[in-house]
Amino acid sequence: MEDFLQHVLNGLNLGAIYALIALGYTMVYGVLQLINFAHAEVYMLGAFSIYYSNKWLHLSDHPGWTSFVISILIAVMVCSLVGLTIERLAYRPLRGAPRLNVLITAIGVSLFLQFSGQAVFGADPKLFPQVLQDKDLIQFGQIQIRSFDLTIIGVSLAAMALLHFLIHHTKMGMAIRAVRHSRSSASLMGINVDLMISLVFVLGSSLAGVGAVLVGLKYPKIDPLMGMLIGLKAFVAAVLGGIGSLPGAVVGGLLMGLSEEMVVAYLSSTYRDALAFGLLIVILVFRPSGLFGKYEVEKV
Amino acid sequence: MSKEILSVQDLKVNYGPIEAVKGISFDVYEGEVVSLIGSNGAGKSSTLRALSSLIAYSGQVSFLGEPLNGIAAHKVVKKGLIQTPEGRGIFLNLSVRENLELGAFLRKDRSNIKKEMDQCFDLFPRLKERLNRSAGTLSGGEQQMLAISRSLLSKPKLLMLDEPSLGLAPKIVLQIFEIIKKLNKEDGLSILLVEQNAAMALKSSHRAYVLETGKITLSGKGEELFSSDAVRKAYLGG
Ligand SMILES: Nc1ncnc2c1ncn2[C@@H]1O[C@H](COP(=O)(O)OP(=O)(O)OP(=O)(O)O)[C@@H](O)[C@H]1O
Ligand SMILES: [Mg+2]
Repeated sequence: MEDFLQHVLNGLNLGAIYALIALGYTMVYGVLQLINFAHAEVYMLGAFSIYYSNKWLHLSDHPGWTSFVISILIAVMVCSLVGLTIERLAYRPLRGAPRLNVLITAIGVSLFLQFSGQAVFGADPKLFPQVLQDKDLIQFGQIQIRSFDLTIIGVSLAAMALLHFLIHHTKMGMAIRAVRHSRSSASLMGINVDLMISLVFVLGSSLAGVGAVLVGLKYPKIDPLMGMLIGLKAFVAAVLGGIGSLPGAVVGGLLMGLSEEMVVAYLSSTYRDALAFGLLIVILVFRPSGLFGKYEVEKV
Repeated sequence: MSKEILSVQDLKVNYGPIEAVKGISFDVYEGEVVSLIGSNGAGKSSTLRALSSLIAYSGQVSFLGEPLNGIAAHKVVKKGLIQTPEGRGIFLNLSVRENLELGAFLRKDRSNIKKEMDQCFDLFPRLKERLNRSAGTLSGGEQQMLAISRSLLSKPKLLMLDEPSLGLAPKIVLQIFEIIKKLNKEDGLSILLVEQNAAMALKSSHRAYVLETGKITLSGKGEELFSSDAVRKAYLGG
């Protein structure tokens, strides 16, 4: 029983991170009907931004909340800039182009960033600066709660709550929701649709930046291909929840994290990554619209 | 002579090889209701979409004396050229209240907005009862009322309505046209009306243009066209 609770805790941790990244996929999909495959690389660049900025700022020399918050801010800023740039240079020129063209572009951008990363940063893994220290907080019986566990869950929850507030309780959020429904109707309200799409990239990329710092702290080995697998799993989480749906991405992320942890604990760790793809196939066969999605028939 | 609000010269719209609008010219003067009538696929919606900068076009368009060509869609709204699109363009995922607030998206004068919303509720009391509901739960007629109210909150200098009667019960159609006439008479609102329902449109308009496969074939005063043989034959069932 205690074992099980420990796995639930670990699964929620993993799931919170998948959820953060899944939100980025689902938000962009919501306004552009595009799977932004380069989102995983935005996350990777967020991790590297902390690695390199640490060489200047030496945040890991003073681990603590200040260094942690500064790191989050740096990653959020760098990721937002990268996300904005990708949207501006790669996707905006293709607005109105067939979806397949845009999808291929997204894959191209993703590969471009992976291999540029290898060329510029080197392919060998680097150590993520420990800007915050992990502590044993509570230990009862077999269950061990470490401070990183609470940090990851707490910070992800805070980030998601902030996103919820922005989307549902501000004028900007209302405009973004209008754009999600119809770009042309939104522009008839005087909404600058391109600006709102840029904002969506900023929001999604910011969450990836937060995720990058949290993952970097917990699993400090970073490399230019680090986004691939986690990005794919977060994408599956978004599809599981119903791509385009924000609550869906959160629930999908948590389910993904929990089931991965359980598979590793009770089946075999060799199935860890196979699970994501198994899930994807099952969803696509039985419930293509995901848990929270509305099934829309492709119009011809 | 009143002021010219909208002037359109040689407007052309293409979708790839399809010429939807083949060089039309028309104008709207302040205080007028002008309608553009024509059957399915005549190019009416394409004309309005072009004027709102939702699609590319060629030709000279000027609004309140300034050229409109090449201006982004959201900036056209800022100039006061407002469109209630075909199919109403309601945000079904938002509440009725949010839809109305989006109509006033570019405005800062909160107290006036509140007052004008109340005026909309005087016109359409049903909207008030449904304010906090999802707009997706409204009936077609209610959605059209919401669409018109929302456009009014954008403070139009010229309101373009694309088939406001589409798919509505005859009783609601009458009500919508009464409101159109009232907005024009009492508030002096200038209106460009696009309709397939030629009878209703012609009776409510000062002037009208007949559009056929992308070209204007007839134009004149509303009642004159209403009683002309050509229009009676083609659009009013003989
Ligand atoms: N997005 C598009 N792509 C290609 N062709 C289009 C598109 N929209 C309209 N058309 C074509 O352009 C022509 C004019 O269409 P438009 O929608 O302007 O007509 P309309 O007068 O508004 O008709 P209706 O009364 O049915 O609304 C039609 O032949 C139509 O098939
Ligand atoms: Mg039309």
